[in-house]
Amino acid sequence: MLKVDKLRLGFSAGKTTLAAVDGISFSIEKGETFALLGESGCGKSATAQGIMRLLPAAGRILEGNVALEGEPLLSLSEADMRAYRGGRMAMIFQEPATSLNPVLTVGRQIGEVLERHLDLRGAAATERMVDLLRQVGIADPERRLTEYPFQLSGGMKQRVMIAIALAGEPELLIADEPTTALDVTVQAQILDLLAKIQVDRGMGMLLITHDLGVVARMAHRIGVMYAGELVEVASREEFFTEPRHPYTQALFEALPEISRRGLKLTTIPGQVPSLAAMPTGCRFADRCAHVMPVCREKSPDWREVANGHTVRCHWQGESAEESVTRHAVTELDIDPGKPFLQVGDLKVHFPIRKGFLQRTVGHVRAVDGVSLGISAGRTLALVGESGCGKTTVGKALLQLIQPTAGNVRLGGSELVGLKGRKLRDARRHMQMIFQDPFASLNPRLRVGEIIAEGMAALGVETEPPARAAAVAALLQQVGLPGEAIDRYPHEFSGGQRQRIAIARALAVQPELLICDEPTSALDVSVQAQILNLLKKLQTELGVAYLFITHNFAVVEYLAHDVAVMYLGRIVEQGRAEEVLRSPWHPYTQALLSAVPAPHLDGQVQVIRLPGETPSPANPPSGCHFHPRCPQAMDVCRQRYPTVSGISGTHTVSCHLAG
Amino acid sequence: MMGFQIVVLWSDVLIWLLVAAGLGVGVLIAKNPPLLAAWRRVGANRVGMASATVLLGFILIGLLDSLHYRAQLESKPGQKAAYAVEVLSVLDALASPLRSRNEKTYSEPFATRLYAKETIDVPGQGTVRDYPRLKHGGKHLGEREDDVVEDAGFTAFKAGVLAFVGWLGVFGAVATVNRKKSPKLKLREAAFAWDAVLLTLLLMALTLVPLFWLAGQYHVFGTDKVGQDVLYQILKSVRTGLIIGLVTTLVMLPMAVLLGIVAGYFRGWVDDVIQYIYTVLNSIPGVLLIAAAVLMMQVVIDTHPEWFSTAAERADLRLLALCFILGITSWTGLCRLLRGETLKLRELEYIQAAQAFGVSSWRIIVRHILPNLMHIVIIALVMDFSGLVLAEAVLSYVGIGVDPTMTSFGTMINNARMELGREPVVWWSLVAAFSAMFILVLAANLFADAVRDAFDPRAA
Repeated sequence: MLKVDKLRLGFSAGKTTLAAVDGISFSIEKGETFALLGESGCGKSATAQGIMRLLPAAGRILEGNVALEGEPLLSLSEADMRAYRGGRMAMIFQEPATSLNPVLTVGRQIGEVLERHLDLRGAAATERMVDLLRQVGIADPERRLTEYPFQLSGGMKQRVMIAIALAGEPELLIADEPTTALDVTVQAQILDLLAKIQVDRGMGMLLITHDLGVVARMAHRIGVMYAGELVEVASREEFFTEPRHPYTQALFEALPEISRRGLKLTTIPGQVPSLAAMPTGCRFADRCAHVMPVCREKSPDWREVANGHTVRCHWQGESAEESVTRHAVTELDIDPGKPFLQVGDLKVHFPIRKGFLQRTVGHVRAVDGVSLGISAGRTLALVGESGCGKTTVGKALLQLIQPTAGNVRLGGSELVGLKGRKLRDARRHMQMIFQDPFASLNPRLRVGEIIAEGMAALGVETEPPARAAAVAALLQQVGLPGEAIDRYPHEFSGGQRQRIAIARALAVQPELLICDEPTSALDVSVQAQILNLLKKLQTELGVAYLFITHNFAVVEYLAHDVAVMYLGRIVEQGRAEEVLRSPWHPYTQALLSAVPAPHLDGQVQVIRLPGETPSPANPPSGCHFHPRCPQAMDVCRQRYPTVSGISGTHTVSCHLAG
Repeated sequence: MMGFQIVVLWSDVLIWLLVAAGLGVGVLIAKNPPLLAAWRRVGANRVGMASATVLLGFILIGLLDSLHYRAQLESKPGQKAAYAVEVLSVLDALASPLRSRNEKTYSEPFATRLYAKETIDVPGQGTVRDYPRLKHGGKHLGEREDDVVEDAGFTAFKAGVLAFVGWLGVFGAVATVNRKKSPKLKLREAAFAWDAVLLTLLLMALTLVPLFWLAGQYHVFGTDKVGQDVLYQILKSVRTGLIIGLVTTLVMLPMAVLLGIVAGYFRGWVDDVIQYIYTVLNSIPGVLLIAAAVLMMQVVIDTHPEWFSTAAERADLRLLALCFILGITSWTGLCRLLRGETLKLRELEYIQAAQAFGVSSWRIIVRHILPNLMHIVIIALVMDFSGLVLAEAVLSYVGIGVDPTMTSFGTMINNARMELGREPVVWWSLVAAFSAMFILVLAANLFADAVRDAFDPRAA
């Protein structure tokens, strides 16, 4: 149905045009999902924009053909093209929060499409809108039509976005990372919805993603992109059983998994070449484990290895030999002795103020009675969906946010309520690594200054020469070149910036590092590098980690202990094996089952959770989880369950266990 | 050689301090690679550099007008030297033909006769009513009064050719230096927009050299009510405009930056207090507030004549007071902008990382917040400059601007306003003042645009 033939797209920078997408060809049949898989910057979004002819101002279509049902799209006039956009093909974007206009009602935004493409107005249009909203699984559609986007949750916004895309009855749906910004339980809902709609309507779908788990769940055929080129196209079965291109294989190898615990993750050395300096031969040659002299001279041609499975590679070998390059990491399985950090009944409430006199009318209970213990040299993973208060716990431990109640005891001393000099001394023992390596480094300071800042403020190294030596040692420890000291953060890639942030935190020799989703902004191959580094540092320095994350693969790979949070409280806590292998709490079970696994048969039965996390300003009565719980009982509606022990180390707050 | 006594006015001190500060900042920029890179981008911007060239011309005039002295009066030997009451500047000395060759009253540009008829005694004919001959304008023509166009055209052509030759010299020098530094690049491809600078210089030379050449023989922009040359008034107005623009910004800037950042960073009651202050200030009509302050200041100045030894000192103090009043009333806009930006910045993770290290609040403000606000401050600085030059014109028009003895664009326009009601109309004062102001403000705005583009992190 959709045929893309040797499409080349470029972005003009000054007088030169850099090709971001270099001659890719693929086709999508009716009722088929074709997934474009690739890391950030490989040109997959540009491809989608090129097909829709929605490239940004600097974008140029240089060559190639795009045809929908045999009709060439690239030669259409802009006015004719408008009939295709939203009509015969539609697009869903990554960020539901910004893809809806905040000042128009939902009905108005769907109606716009109906009016333009189907010429529907008035009552007929309203009827159609209600119908559409029902199709995308929105309850009470009549009321929702008159609401504004801010009244909807993230998952609902994405449903509305899908309804808008469906309104023009498209033959082709382009979904650009449709679930990346959503939580796993909501992601599962949206993926189900997309799959169902596609089957019902027999649409073609172009799914753009970087997540192998999503690919495994959704795609019929998969195209892997690297540096603006397609390098491998295969059916789902072939792709997951016999990936042929070294890049695809490396992507699979870099995934953190429980089976790889205690092993070093395979990483892809080097970085994606920049658009301005593309190698003439195979673009992956410099990072490839199987590189041959011919790779550097000649760009490989397509080679069919099986029916419908083609690959662009000179290397004729089969799959990579497992664990040749893998080294075991000496697991630092320290006995969980007495925890050196004890958190008892920690509460952080933010007041809601209203009215002229700013009276407090209620509280957002971001953290509502959390108790934790962290032992030296171990990793505790704090898992939960967005808004459950896990980041707030991290900041409250560091006293960046003043806790409302509870205590944080480090060694024997209490941190809550410390001020001035004493608090500063205590801060030496704990540091934080933030999620976004682009926001966590001051762009106007040199790397050396950034790393030395903590030492200066906490008086670790006071002599300038000693401090410079310490900074150089730290850079080496996190695997950065020594000359980085005089450079600015913007000269580094995301992974390198995260290394700088780690070096900064380590500069004051803390015993505990609070890692707030340190790899969620990074690509899989870079994530593997950072995880390896964190593991190495733990072995060398014996630091403990509080690892705040929503990524279960990372938890399985890295954590010794796991605590699952829901709406400001910990619902289940224990050794990683216990919580992950035999979860007790229905929420933990649902979370674990909702994670899309990057395997062919990875999908066990998914436990569907209805709805989304309620607001922590107004939590449900009784057990917070009961409105979404598939096993809710009467008692759950009435009182919050007490903590019951499953084993010596495994505890759960659920009436089922009590 | 006559002796002289150097007079240092307060505004001179400020101006030269500003020049020194500018040089200091330049040295700091040269040492800071990202700032240097940003300014290099300004340097590569053709429009920006062309406007900078024009601005530099204005600044040069302003600086020449900021070196004051009192000439020594002729005195008998042995007597204590006495100095003139009038305070002159280097610019006055350079433009003394313009300053001293006053006519009786209005005359048109390039006129040889006055603009109004008078009763003249002509020997042998008794009294006649006619347009009297100007004392200075076109004096060299003698009886050939009708040859003004020819004469002026020829002089302008001569001067133009000379200007062009001079410009060729500059061009050659620049090209040679450029070739030595980077032999492969043509001038057009150089990192610095030399082509734009040279083109602007050529245009400036081709207009200014003939203009000043002719100014020695004619009143090129005419004369005003008291017969003073309008071109001279414009030259004197430049300094006033620059002082108003720069000193006011200097008064306003620390207040806006400090209060804005403090309000945004500390939040809470500090934020409340600062917000109340600027909301109150904003709720009073600006011109009325300024008028009230200026009138009060005027009373203070008038009741203390003993503070000033010359009229120039009094006018100067009044100018500075006006700058302070303007500064104190105009910081609110920038303050609000910076508060908002700080609110955004303080939530960023690098600020939180610094807090986690126990870095003190003031150090966070200086090291982490201020440098990341600098682009807004620089843009606001240049934008406000042009706004203030215009504000002075409005205030002087209303009568609460600079001292009446001081020349400024505002007083020029104010004086010209009555003459618009005359028949035939006296248009040249107004047109000349407006043109000069237009060029100054346009150059400042274009330069601000170039600076803003260069410091925009998204464009970098």
